[in-house]
Amino acid sequence: MRRLKTFPKGGVHPPGNKHLTSGKAIINAAIPSISRIPLQQHIGSPAECLINPGENVKEGMLIGRSTGFISAQIHSSIPGVVKEVRDIYLANGFKSKGVVIEMEGEFDTLGKRQEKNNWEKLSAEELLNIIADRGIVGMGGATFPTHVKYKIPKHAKVEAFVVNGTECEPYLTADHRLMLEKTEEIMEGARIVDKILNPEKIYIAIEANKLDAIEVMQKAVSLLNKHAEVVPLEIKYPQGDEKQLLKAIINREVPSGGLPIDIGAVVSNVGTIFAIYEAVVMGKPLIERIVTVTGGAIKNPQNLKVRIGTPIGDLIEECGGFSEMPVKVVAGGPMMGFAIYELEAPVTKGTSGVIALTKKEVKSNNQTPCLNCGRCITVCPMGLNPTLLFKEIDHMDYDSAMEEGLMDCKECGCCAFMCPAHIPLVHGMKLGKYMAKKKKEKG
Amino acid sequence: MPLLKILYSFISVTSIGGVLGLGLAIASKLLQVKRDEKLMSLEETLPGLNCGACGYAGCSQYAEAIVKENEELTLCGPGGQDTASELADLMGVKIEISIEKKVTQVHCRGGQATSEYLYSYRGVMDCNAMYLLFEGDKVCKYGCLGLGSCIKVCPTDAIDYDEEGLVWVDRDKCISCGKCIDVCPTGVMKWVPYSADYIVACNSRDKASVVKKYCSVGCTGCKRCEKKSPEGGFVVEDYLATIDYKAKGERENAADDCPSKCIIPAVKTATKVST
Repeated sequence: MRRLKTFPKGGVHPPGNKHLTSGKAIINAAIPSISRIPLQQHIGSPAECLINPGENVKEGMLIGRSTGFISAQIHSSIPGVVKEVRDIYLANGFKSKGVVIEMEGEFDTLGKRQEKNNWEKLSAEELLNIIADRGIVGMGGATFPTHVKYKIPKHAKVEAFVVNGTECEPYLTADHRLMLEKTEEIMEGARIVDKILNPEKIYIAIEANKLDAIEVMQKAVSLLNKHAEVVPLEIKYPQGDEKQLLKAIINREVPSGGLPIDIGAVVSNVGTIFAIYEAVVMGKPLIERIVTVTGGAIKNPQNLKVRIGTPIGDLIEECGGFSEMPVKVVAGGPMMGFAIYELEAPVTKGTSGVIALTKKEVKSNNQTPCLNCGRCITVCPMGLNPTLLFKEIDHMDYDSAMEEGLMDCKECGCCAFMCPAHIPLVHGMKLGKYMAKKKKEKG
Repeated sequence: MPLLKILYSFISVTSIGGVLGLGLAIASKLLQVKRDEKLMSLEETLPGLNCGACGYAGCSQYAEAIVKENEELTLCGPGGQDTASELADLMGVKIEISIEKKVTQVHCRGGQATSEYLYSYRGVMDCNAMYLLFEGDKVCKYGCLGLGSCIKVCPTDAIDYDEEGLVWVDRDKCISCGKCIDVCPTGVMKWVPYSADYIVACNSRDKASVVKKYCSVGCTGCKRCEKKSPEGGFVVEDYLATIDYKAKGERENAADDCPSKCIIPAVKTATKVST
């Protein structure tokens, strides 16, 4: 038997817990009566607010214009009246200007049959403009604006385009369900991207814990007229990170500080591909996403199709509320997500899951001194020395940490997951990056 | 025979050592780097703490800047007035010294007993790390986060937790290097003159109705201090009272009458114990 492909260095095997929702079809969540839409839901500069309190907005109307090169458009997810424009806290702990919209009036698109646009005649340039206009960002969690990613520099050539259906984060099944239910749409989305990037080969990467998805995609892969292939991958976290994925599939390493395009590859999440399909074929801006609401403390875990800006608490209500008091509610995946303190926090373009964890699942413990056991070094997929970096950051020696490769850390959480002393290593890395940036800004 | 072997090795090692030593002695005379006498004496005058308060990497860099770039002589925080006048003597210039030593102080007395918190924090014990998560665990976004990053950076151990568990600066140990001000994420650490008698121990610029909800020792901007001690230099701006220390009037009345008791003596006396 052929061995499944994987990345060679590091990685961990957290309990998957995907059975909670993997068999449940995506259902539409209730439309929120009040939607809080942050103007910064992507990496880069925040969008510029285009509306004032008191104004009426329509469903899918542009409310934030992208500013600068790396930025994305923001659209209203519900029709209604703008109540206020104020600072709101995002799930990741940062503050962003946000628009609070109270639902009112009619839905223009909801429940109505939509005409399919014929995109085959459009040029790559026009397709890119549509993607930029509809505010598409990477839906895997990093929320990098897709139109920027697909703008290939002149000297580069795309050899491989990877559709990322790995979903290596435990608990999450949003991408899994999407692949099962929207197979043809994803394939058509992949064809759109194929036209924009014109890659030599298309890979569809799926972790081996989603055998049904692999089967379905393998059957549908003939819809792509290019040389395309479904690649099953070994179950290992962080298999879905683009750097690890490319190492596993095309056996090339993204250089430090570089992007996948430097080695002739582009990676996009299946969620992103589906959003591209909806944007180009259905003419719909990115105002909805699939969110897995799960965890031991949720009564009835589900995969929901949610409007951007819905309070996380509403989703939990929709799933029957808490079966027991959770010790932690996490927005995103359990490995890279962010614990939130209030259920008011809105769903953003990057929220792939809402996980309410019980005390048994969290396994939190008090921090003890570092044992120098080196387990964090063994599991770091980037080949860094997390314990050394943490000690340097703890002693406020941010320059040394930068030299040791702090910027290569992508906060996947393997080190903190493995640490027997319960040291918050990833938090330390985040602090180090923040302080280094602050120092640089100061000059 | 072993004796002879020892003798040989002894002689060879001694002679090699002698030759190399002589070489070094000659080299030290021939290749000596002449240092500026003035620079040396300036360096000796400076405190040698390398705290960086002057804006240079260390004392010797500051001394070099004085000699080569005619840098101002009054930049040394720890040395203060005395060092400045000594530097002036060495450089042969006269300067008007009117700098008063300034020290830092935490302008917040909100703790577990008096303030509202958003969440229980488990993470890196560093204020900036906590600041990354919703700008700290307090409802108040202006106050002291209390994880002691300033304590960590203080070169003279002037900052520590007091008997109430709140961060406090010992003004006599403070050397005015300003490192704590740089590291503090909320800006609650602020300069006050060494001679200050009272401080307004609050940094919140929220409205009174908001402040009252989350902190019982927060300044509400009620302006009573302005009225009670009109000569005391109290200025209320953005719902926060500050003291203009150029005004030399009394401030005791205002402190006594402050409804949230956030105007407190700048020096802790032994009698002031937690309530």
